[in-house]
Amino acid sequence: MNANTVQPQRKAVVLLSGGLDSMLAAKVIQDQGIHVEGINFYTGFCVEGHTHAIRKQDQNKNKRNNALWVAETLGIKLHIIDIVEEYKDIVYNPKHGYGANLNPCLDCKVFMVGKAKEWMDENGFDFIVTGEVMGQRPKSQRKHTFPIIARESGAEDRLLRPLCAKLMMPSLPEREGWVDREKLHDFSGRSRSPQIALARALGIEEWAQPAGGCCFLTDENYSAKLADLWQFRGEKRYELDDIMLLKVGRHLRPRPHFKLIISREEGEGLFMEGYRYMFAHMQTASHMGAFALIDGKLEEGDLELAAQILGRYSKAEPGEALTVEVGGLPGGVSKLVTVPAFGPQDMQPEWQV
Amino acid sequence: MAHYELDARRLLCPMPVIRTQNRIKELEAGDTLDVIATDPGVKADIPAWCRVHGHSVEAIRDLPERREIVVTVRVAG
Ligand code: SF4
Repeated sequence: MNANTVQPQRKAVVLLSGGLDSMLAAKVIQDQGIHVEGINFYTGFCVEGHTHAIRKQDQNKNKRNNALWVAETLGIKLHIIDIVEEYKDIVYNPKHGYGANLNPCLDCKVFMVGKAKEWMDENGFDFIVTGEVMGQRPKSQRKHTFPIIARESGAEDRLLRPLCAKLMMPSLPEREGWVDREKLHDFSGRSRSPQIALARALGIEEWAQPAGGCCFLTDENYSAKLADLWQFRGEKRYELDDIMLLKVGRHLRPRPHFKLIISREEGEGLFMEGYRYMFAHMQTASHMGAFALIDGKLEEGDLELAAQILGRYSKAEPGEALTVEVGGLPGGVSKLVTVPAFGPQDMQPEWQV
Repeated sequence: MAHYELDARRLLCPMPVIRTQNRIKELEAGDTLDVIATDPGVKADIPAWCRVHGHSVEAIRDLPERREIVVTVRVAG
């Protein structure tokens, strides 16, 4: 090579989740003089960012978006991409199946790295970086799944995993000398100590520790609610509003053809009121109590049953007359219903979704 | 320099940020954009997004009677 040739500065796009691993991966590559920008995908199931506004008790908690916070801490740009629509196919029909719950992790990784590849090509970047660690997650981060992600996403050897690169064949950025393989890592397994030690060595003192992984699909209760939604719709289908509502309230299905979503506190009630235009809804009128959305079709006697159940979550004593205001019925009809409130003993455990 | 509005009401974060990001791509340096939102998360997230991209937040106004928040962003040059 001509000694006078000026090497272009190489550019990497990092899949930033907001957690420590991708933060470290970005920093390791950034410290090698590579221009780094972050990309973050919004699937609708992400734990980050959306629940904080709902529950009143959470409103004083830290409201930051962790991926943005990481980008700011590292001094890099972050591009947040809405993949809600395209992602549905991954959730409905994961080629590689689900994990312990309805989490299609391997297909999800393939899809996200594939989207990052598209972004890389469109924006003139050279390679993709992820914070994956070999053997860290049961399904998507095993040794034999790594080549699947690289191949099926189309990223091939432009995919670099700085935290475990030394356990793998050198990728293109290593072979071309864009990054120094010696300064990459060989982390494997579920222990977090190597990452924590690296964070300290890189001067990173603070990071987010999202409980329960990157998305609600890994959550057992959430997955049960999604499975219930599909079962009673008779098909695997959801809209963004559906999956938002699965994150709030108590979900009770007293009859196969309708479900109640009952607010547990004021913040949830206010959030759910925003859905009044989509669903029939109820609010206790004679007593202090909760707000509920009714998802499904009501048959004879269902409205009274729903009102009685709402009574269980009001200040009415069991059996006491309770008046409930119902709105958004077919034809925009509203009405008042008076029923004896249910007590805890009237509630059937199988109603719980 | 022109002024624009973006309706991000009833969207939860990060959707208002994504809409802001996508709208700003279409604007010129110096333009201003009022993002009208209902998720209080925008008060933290839009300024953070602006900081990493070099845009500036000119004002954040709470309109409690309408349960709305207006964030005014000026597009970087
Ligand atoms: S936990 Fe969710 S976001 Fe993370 S890889 Fe699995 S499906 Fe994708």
